Amino acid sequence: MLKLDIFLSGLANGLLIGAVYALISLGLTLVYGVLHIINFAHGATLTAAMFAVLIAHSVFGIDPYLAILVLTPLFFGLGYAAQRFVISPASHGDDSNGLLVTLGLSIIIENALLAIFRSDTRSIDVAYAFSTVEIGNLFLSLPRMIAFAGAFAVSLALWLVLARTDTGKAIRAVAKEKAGATLAGIDVDHIYAVTFGLSAACLAIAACLLMPTFLVNPRIGNSFVLVAFTIVVLGGMGSIAGALIGGLFIGVVESLSGLYFGESLGQIGIFLIFILVLLLRPTGLFGARA
Amino acid sequence: MKTAMTQATYWPILLVGAALALLPLVLTTNATLNFLTFAMIITLAAQGWNIIGGFGGQFSFGHAAFFGTGAYAMALLQVRFAINPWLALPLGTALGGCAGGIIGYLSFRARLRGSYFALVTLAFAEILRIVANAWGFTGAAAGVLVPLRLDPVQMQFNDRRIFYWLALLLVVIVLGASRAIMRSRFGAQLIAVRENEDAARALGVNTLVAKLSALIISAAITAAAGALYTQKFLYLDASLAYGSWISVDALLGAIIGGPGTVFGPLIGTIVLLGLGEVTKTLFAQLTGGALPGVDLVAFGVLLIICVAFAPRGVIGAVRGAVGARSATP
Amino acid sequence: MSPPLLSVRSVTMRFGGLTAVDAVSLDAEADQITGLIGPNGAGKTTLFAVISGFERPTSGAIHFAGRDITALRVHERANAGIARTFQIVQPFAGLSVRDNIAVGAYLRHRKRDAALAKAEAVAQAVGLAPLLDQPAGALTVAGRKRLELARALATEPKLLLLDEVLAGLNPSEIRDMLPVVQSIRAGGVTVVMIEHVMQAVMSLCDVVVVLAQGRIIASGAPAAVARDSRVIEAYLGHGASERMRAQAGEAPHA
Repeated sequence: MLKLDIFLSGLANGLLIGAVYALISLGLTLVYGVLHIINFAHGATLTAAMFAVLIAHSVFGIDPYLAILVLTPLFFGLGYAAQRFVISPASHGDDSNGLLVTLGLSIIIENALLAIFRSDTRSIDVAYAFSTVEIGNLFLSLPRMIAFAGAFAVSLALWLVLARTDTGKAIRAVAKEKAGATLAGIDVDHIYAVTFGLSAACLAIAACLLMPTFLVNPRIGNSFVLVAFTIVVLGGMGSIAGALIGGLFIGVVESLSGLYFGESLGQIGIFLIFILVLLLRPTGLFGARA
Repeated sequence: MKTAMTQATYWPILLVGAALALLPLVLTTNATLNFLTFAMIITLAAQGWNIIGGFGGQFSFGHAAFFGTGAYAMALLQVRFAINPWLALPLGTALGGCAGGIIGYLSFRARLRGSYFALVTLAFAEILRIVANAWGFTGAAAGVLVPLRLDPVQMQFNDRRIFYWLALLLVVIVLGASRAIMRSRFGAQLIAVRENEDAARALGVNTLVAKLSALIISAAITAAAGALYTQKFLYLDASLAYGSWISVDALLGAIIGGPGTVFGPLIGTIVLLGLGEVTKTLFAQLTGGALPGVDLVAFGVLLIICVAFAPRGVIGAVRGAVGARSATP
Repeated sequence: MSPPLLSVRSVTMRFGGLTAVDAVSLDAEADQITGLIGPNGAGKTTLFAVISGFERPTSGAIHFAGRDITALRVHERANAGIARTFQIVQPFAGLSVRDNIAVGAYLRHRKRDAALAKAEAVAQAVGLAPLLDQPAGALTVAGRKRLELARALATEPKLLLLDEVLAGLNPSEIRDMLPVVQSIRAGGVTVVMIEHVMQAVMSLCDVVVVLAQGRIIASGAPAAVARDSRVIEAYLGHGASERMRAQAGEAPHA
């Protein structure tokens, strides 16, 4: 049946993009869960990462998927440094100051990109950008399937890091009880910075996965990040499982409403969900205290 | 010890107002006058932000929602309903206040604070921008053009100085209003909510009413700024009205000048716009062409430096240097 | 006999699986100082939170001056005449002492001059007059405790809930604070105080109520409560009362 195929296609695409949304949201929810601040620079960081992929490809000829190897450690370092040397000292430990500092960073990054790249929308051309894979009656975009797989792999890796490694356990300890963690000898400043670094690294990977099929301009990060905020608030601030499930859910909602109601209304739908969740259940479906 | 002498507390405002009013007699070029008028409009928007963000301590990241509402009201009431701009201005202001009431009621009723409040205001502003950009009534992506009618009755003046003085008048009125708020019961309760919401509740302050009232007043003032913007530039679209640029400018003006002070937004806006101009000129000379957004980069850096080294803004830094330790006058 | 000013009626407060307050009923008579004591974690501050409206009880009711106020919100109760201090002091750090107290005074006085005058008067009564223009953040612990007290008094309450107002004070500061609390009662304000400093409880309170593990285990005159074996057990552990009696029996008389 034609209609079923359209629906399934919308569903499948929603899931595919949802995984990448989830990856983008992971960093945001992790930073909130551990540092208890909302990183308003998250969107700008994603935009910067996407531009980095653009440069890697157009200037150095590096394939976006290979760029993962270069950009991930680079962005980890940038995120680490930003938290350790800018955000933390400037905030003096005050959360509302932290809010303003991340806002300041987002203004700087976004407008620096604007100054360098102007507001033109660009994309990269890779050979496989339009390849498709046939599953049943559906034709699914190959890059998007790779993105889906990549996002899941990274989420799994992140989960393993948090669950099995010493650093991961330290992160969880700081998230739960900072004072206790300090007493146990954990360097909280370092852990905060590592968390930020992980968040930025996830964004770098997400950027590499997105670029084959997406456009980039200095404002693109914002649209992704408002989706990310919605996911994080829906799934619960600080909950990784929430970010994953929320990501898939929002991906499907966006895809299906875009299919049936048109692009711009789809965007509003997401915002409305965002506001409704904030007003009715700010702790989200899986989250801890607001 | 400072005594509550009513006359003394309003004189500085009148003096500053008079000094600013004399500026056009000295700085006479059109470009400067445009800049000064723009500065007054942004100051007004920042003064609005200051009520909820500075006095109330609730950081809104979406004041564009109110600016844009006032701006569109001013434009559409004239263009679609043939209402005189002198009437459209207060109407737009009131409409902005309503928007503040709605957003405030929903947010504060849901007990949103801190980052969550910032997020929800950001979301509301974005929604309004998207709707305005798509809706035919607001001109969709093409925007709204207010016809040129150089007639004081239509609030359009041949002499640019007059519009500057009009904007300045509103700024001075709000300076006075801010002072009055600071010295009132409402102001004391609002500031208490900012400092410690639970302690304020225990002292009998209805924190929901305090924050909501503050947001309504704040929204109305910023909406008036938006209305003036429309009337000055006679063209409006969704990105100008509801774009994040004005949310940022209003917030920065208040924070950099000194949140919770009367003159903070004025000083902060002057510093901000001055810095913006300097940065733009500097980079234009360095790179031989205009770099869009470079002034905003400077704003971001200034914000971080301000938060790190002068959290009470320029006014707080000056007070600290001079050694005045008493908090509220 | 007139009805008690405050009547806590079988209040239970449960947080998830934890029962912090278990069917507590107590009355506070007007113009009396009632002490609320008990080991840490007994539920005393939670009870204060319920009485002042910061928490809604899982079950039970609060009656004040003859009205059922269980449904009233925090600021409405302050309006009705219930004021409280916080265990961890909550000054408005960015404001001066005068302006801190004025916030409380504004509850009953709409005009600035009247509120500031009231603030000054309260500061005098509490001994903070020389510090009126200091920023609240610069006060010592003792100063902040007095400020906390002054702010609450400025709301002209009928009932004042003091949560460990003596905690963190050295002996001479405690000695200075006792007459202040007494003068509050003399001024017609009923006081219920959570306190760990026993000398203060003994010398100030007319009635003492003991809370342990969310339940009232004793109440009555201070001296009687202090000797009550259940109270001793609650503080010192099971069997402590027996041991103390045994030791007293064995020790040679001084």
